[in-house]
Amino acid sequence: MNAIYILWLREVKKYSRSRVQIIASLGQPLLYLLVLGFGLGPMYRRAGGSGSYLQFIAPGIIGMSVLFTSVFSGIALLWDRQFGFLKETLVAPVPRIRIMIGRTLGGATVAVLQGTLIMIVCLIVGFRPVSWIGIPLGFAFMAMIAIVFAALGTSIGSSLQDMQGFQLIMNFLVLPIFFLSGALFSLDNQSKAMSFVTSLDPLSYGVDGLRATLNGAAHFGAIVDAAVLAVVAVGLLCLGAWRFSKIEV
Amino acid sequence: MGVMIRVENLVKKFGDFTAVDNISFDVPKGEIFAFLGPNGAGKTTTIKILTTLLKATSGTVEVDGLNPKTHENEVRQSFGIVFQDPSLDQDLTAWENMDLHGVLYHVPGKVRRERAETLLKLFELWDRKDALVKTFSGGMRRRLEIARGFLHTPKILFLDEPTLGLDPQSRNQLWTHVRRQNEADHVTVFLTTHYMDEAERVADRIAVIDHGKIVAIGTADELKQKTNAQSLEDAFLALTGSTIRDESATSKDQLRQVAQMFRGGGRR
Repeated sequence: MNAIYILWLREVKKYSRSRVQIIASLGQPLLYLLVLGFGLGPMYRRAGGSGSYLQFIAPGIIGMSVLFTSVFSGIALLWDRQFGFLKETLVAPVPRIRIMIGRTLGGATVAVLQGTLIMIVCLIVGFRPVSWIGIPLGFAFMAMIAIVFAALGTSIGSSLQDMQGFQLIMNFLVLPIFFLSGALFSLDNQSKAMSFVTSLDPLSYGVDGLRATLNGAAHFGAIVDAAVLAVVAVGLLCLGAWRFSKIEV
Repeated sequence: MGVMIRVENLVKKFGDFTAVDNISFDVPKGEIFAFLGPNGAGKTTTIKILTTLLKATSGTVEVDGLNPKTHENEVRQSFGIVFQDPSLDQDLTAWENMDLHGVLYHVPGKVRRERAETLLKLFELWDRKDALVKTFSGGMRRRLEIARGFLHTPKILFLDEPTLGLDPQSRNQLWTHVRRQNEADHVTVFLTTHYMDEAERVADRIAVIDHGKIVAIGTADELKQKTNAQSLEDAFLALTGSTIRDESATSKDQLRQVAQMFRGGGRR
């Protein structure tokens, strides 16, 4: 238990110390939120969307921040490999599953913190949740998204040997997960093919859950979202644990 | 006295490259055992197999009577290690690195803090304990790695070129401390080094390894007698020849080198 806690604490400490990075990581979501939110607003209204476009994409942008932060925290395993710290944890007399869980929970916590920052930014620029009770439920979905993708990041980080595969993962996995999640568009009334592909993306259920709790409108429904995320989280945690147990340095 | 480390017909291959080629040796409990060899001879690979970081291709390995392959956690609990290359978290402070290590090795809180303080003072890092490791000089980082290796009290201490980049003062401090631990707590020490004087001064027995094979094993005097050499350095050169070896930092680099040799074969 102590090992899980100290490795969790390590992630949180490192995050809280990287102030410049925290501010830098606000840039991209802010661009999406402000430029797309206000820029596509008139078109969205003309197309008959309910509420404002900013209101519609805010949960999607929160989901995006949680996705990116959690995947990268998992992939940070590569840095630890590069700088040697990974060896220190791998020779420690602690079952690897605990090391993996500590890291993953730490990464997920950091992602939720980052998501919280984005939510605050959203509230400042004009996003309003339908009810304040929705916010704690929104946090529950943020946490689930964070765990799913931190576990995915850990699996990837355990499997890559160096930074060369990173760009590949970014362009062919992380960005598609974001774009296909319906963060920027509604999943209603899509073609069969599109509906099928988006329904395979775990983040679709995360964003949908956030929209259900914060905006009061959902495509799959909050119950389905929570169930799918829980199952995927268990699956990816197992995959991560297995990949992590296979690491040789 | 029992046997602490037993290695029998150990082989480790990376693809076609044989890093460790059928070696056998025993290290009795309480001995200080030195592994000498040129760069890329297989020293670090052997240590990695003994410390559960790599799996052997074939052969038997026992650490304190246990197989590192099947009893990973028990074996990990029994040893401490100072790696050849850095293994600190640079974004944490010296104190946090020590504390994290102590928690991972189940050292109780009070003991952990006391020992961390003693060791940081011993290796003259106490006044910088709250500075981030990335602000440390190479020598300070090295000292911190060593201090950390002593934090828990292991049965076996692996020291993989621990004095690399250390000034004579810190080197002296290190070996004195190793000796003291060895005498007081009967800690078995398994070390590698490129400094022959150190090996001669500290080690009870020395094994010389080259191209993955053990070419000689015995006390420093036995090795000198065997080769009719005046010093251990001469004995070492007589045993391993004087060609300079390519530096291979990791097993991956070794693989890469092999691949390069294949690709560049025609041009050489």
